[in-house]
Amino acid sequence: MSRPESRITKRFAQLKADKRAGLVTYITAGDPDAEISYQILKGLPGAGADLIELGMPFTDPMADGPSIQLAGQRALKAGMTVEKTFDMVRRFRKETGDNDTPILLMGYYNLVYQRGPEKFCKDAAAAGVDGFILVDLPPEEADELKPHASANGLDTVLLTAPTTDDARLPAVLKFASGFVYFVSVLGITGTKSATEEAVRTHVERIKRHTKLPVGVGFGIRTPEQAAAVARHADAAVVGTAIIDHVKAGLDDKGRAKPELVPGVFAYIKALVDGVRGVRKA
Amino acid sequence: MPSAPNSFRTGPDERGHFGIFGGRYVAETLMPLILDLEKAYSEAKADPQFQGELKYLLAQYAGRPSPLYFARRLTEKLGGAKIYLKRDELNHTGSHKINNVLGQVLLAKRMGKTRVIAETGAGQHGVATATACALFDIPCVVFMGSVDVERQAPNVARMKMLGAEVRPVTAGASTLKDAMNEALRDWVATCENTFYCIGTVAGPHPYPAMVRDFQCVIGEEVRKQMMEAEGRLPDTLVACIGGGSNAMGLFHPFLDDPGVRIVGVEAAGRGLDTEEHAASLTGGRPGVLHGNRTYLLQDKEGQITEAHSISAGLDYPGIGPEHSWLKEMGRVEYVSATDDEAVEAFQFLCKLEGIIPALESSHGLAHAMRLAPTLPKDNLLVLNLSGRGDKDVPQIAERLGIKI
Repeated sequence: MSRPESRITKRFAQLKADKRAGLVTYITAGDPDAEISYQILKGLPGAGADLIELGMPFTDPMADGPSIQLAGQRALKAGMTVEKTFDMVRRFRKETGDNDTPILLMGYYNLVYQRGPEKFCKDAAAAGVDGFILVDLPPEEADELKPHASANGLDTVLLTAPTTDDARLPAVLKFASGFVYFVSVLGITGTKSATEEAVRTHVERIKRHTKLPVGVGFGIRTPEQAAAVARHADAAVVGTAIIDHVKAGLDDKGRAKPELVPGVFAYIKALVDGVRGVRKA
Repeated sequence: MPSAPNSFRTGPDERGHFGIFGGRYVAETLMPLILDLEKAYSEAKADPQFQGELKYLLAQYAGRPSPLYFARRLTEKLGGAKIYLKRDELNHTGSHKINNVLGQVLLAKRMGKTRVIAETGAGQHGVATATACALFDIPCVVFMGSVDVERQAPNVARMKMLGAEVRPVTAGASTLKDAMNEALRDWVATCENTFYCIGTVAGPHPYPAMVRDFQCVIGEEVRKQMMEAEGRLPDTLVACIGGGSNAMGLFHPFLDDPGVRIVGVEAAGRGLDTEEHAASLTGGRPGVLHGNRTYLLQDKEGQITEAHSISAGLDYPGIGPEHSWLKEMGRVEYVSATDDEAVEAFQFLCKLEGIIPALESSHGLAHAMRLAPTLPKDNLLVLNLSGRGDKDVPQIAERLGIKI
């Protein structure tokens, strides 16, 4: 269960009080390099991101489409590591003084397992991380991580999919805290988009099983799509489309052009307008 | 080392774990499908009609049982153990892969799936899957690293002739690991109608156990054949290991016979002292990839490193989780053979016995050639000749400077 003091819980409570849905933005840590990536991270709250997902690059991202695969490769090539990802978060908390915006680490379990689940949780919490989304760690395997996450005040945001039926949902939700991430389409990141009707049906179904907020992701690219999700869910998650804007800001040698960082923020601001244009009851 | 269990043959547990290995590390989208598959497989396993159909196909379509051949010239030349070759290279499609594929494609049909996907390294599993899909009239897509497409061209042509679509994968090092990533990505998007036919004893539960069960026909036949030939069980079993399905198929029926020495041979590529090998048990450590926890080649942080082997079928940085467990339990010895040793063994068998072995199986052979001279003449050694080398002819010819 989520602790009352978790940044994630507080942020969703605030969104509810503000009668609007939130925008969750994903970036890959270290893409295209550690410094530019930090510049993006630092500016995300100002651009209107309510929660931040920071992807830990992995050599074999089997749930990701080409955009996020390539972002991970750029980051690894530029020398990104788990330790440097923690450094980014630590620096963000220190330099910006932002002690409210939740930061979740997203990625694959092997990086956690190699550090040791206990040490990973301790180090992440000490750096200012608020929780995890681990794509290849279903509830069936989560008992190795969950006690250490809880002991360090970290939320475990579990994924639910269109294939997660009513019979299975309780087993998933038992391990979930912070919010529930609904993967709105069958597929990898950044490939296809769900209809608004499908999003509505599934979010209502999940909410019959839990009081946790529901974030919806996969396939959200335009402010209109973000608004459509915001009408039904507590947050819209955008990843691939942001990464595509990072990539668009690279020159042919893969170096960041001056317009990269402002380009990413301009795009996020458009998404924010979409999400905030929806008033919730 | 953990204490020995009463039996080495009871795994996995209900969650798919062999000790700390195995499990189901997949995206939530796939989880319900994996659970369905587990249920469908355990029903099929207990269904005499399913088993009967599989048995018929193995006998009349694939050509089982494969012979257990006493390699007299090889034995005399090496001057030690009495060497028998389990001739799984004589199966239809040229390797042990067909044993598993017929089982899985029958299951796909039974589950009402309308499309089959597979990953392949050397192309042997791809060819077997394309074959079974032709037989059962199911559309088939095979993912294959673009480097492997290049070095295993004959098998690519075979798959296409059999009606399968071959999708070259250019991510990463463009070999087996990347093909498996891409197959998993396809499956997440198509899981409602698509059956993923995994080629080895790896992946999320129930695959390691299911593929093992389908491959156990190898070891079960050897038990019977050796009793007929020699009136007793073999003393030594040797097989090559990439993911480890041919080895598991031979080994598993003998795990509870303490008198049987069991040896798995990994690919040492350019040498274990280099970074260019595929020996995950010898050179790796436990990690999580492709749905299971197992020994993996990886860096300090847990980034997966590229494997290397001359043999595309062994060029994989992981291994089936049950092998990881058997290593930790000390029941099976795991050793390795280099590219050069495998090529030498390949040539040796060609000239001595008139059998062209697959480069994969040549790794097992290379170790058998090291081991046999150290063993007494009454030691019965079985080497699993898991595949034939036709697919490797262009590659070896080039290496040996033979013009074709």
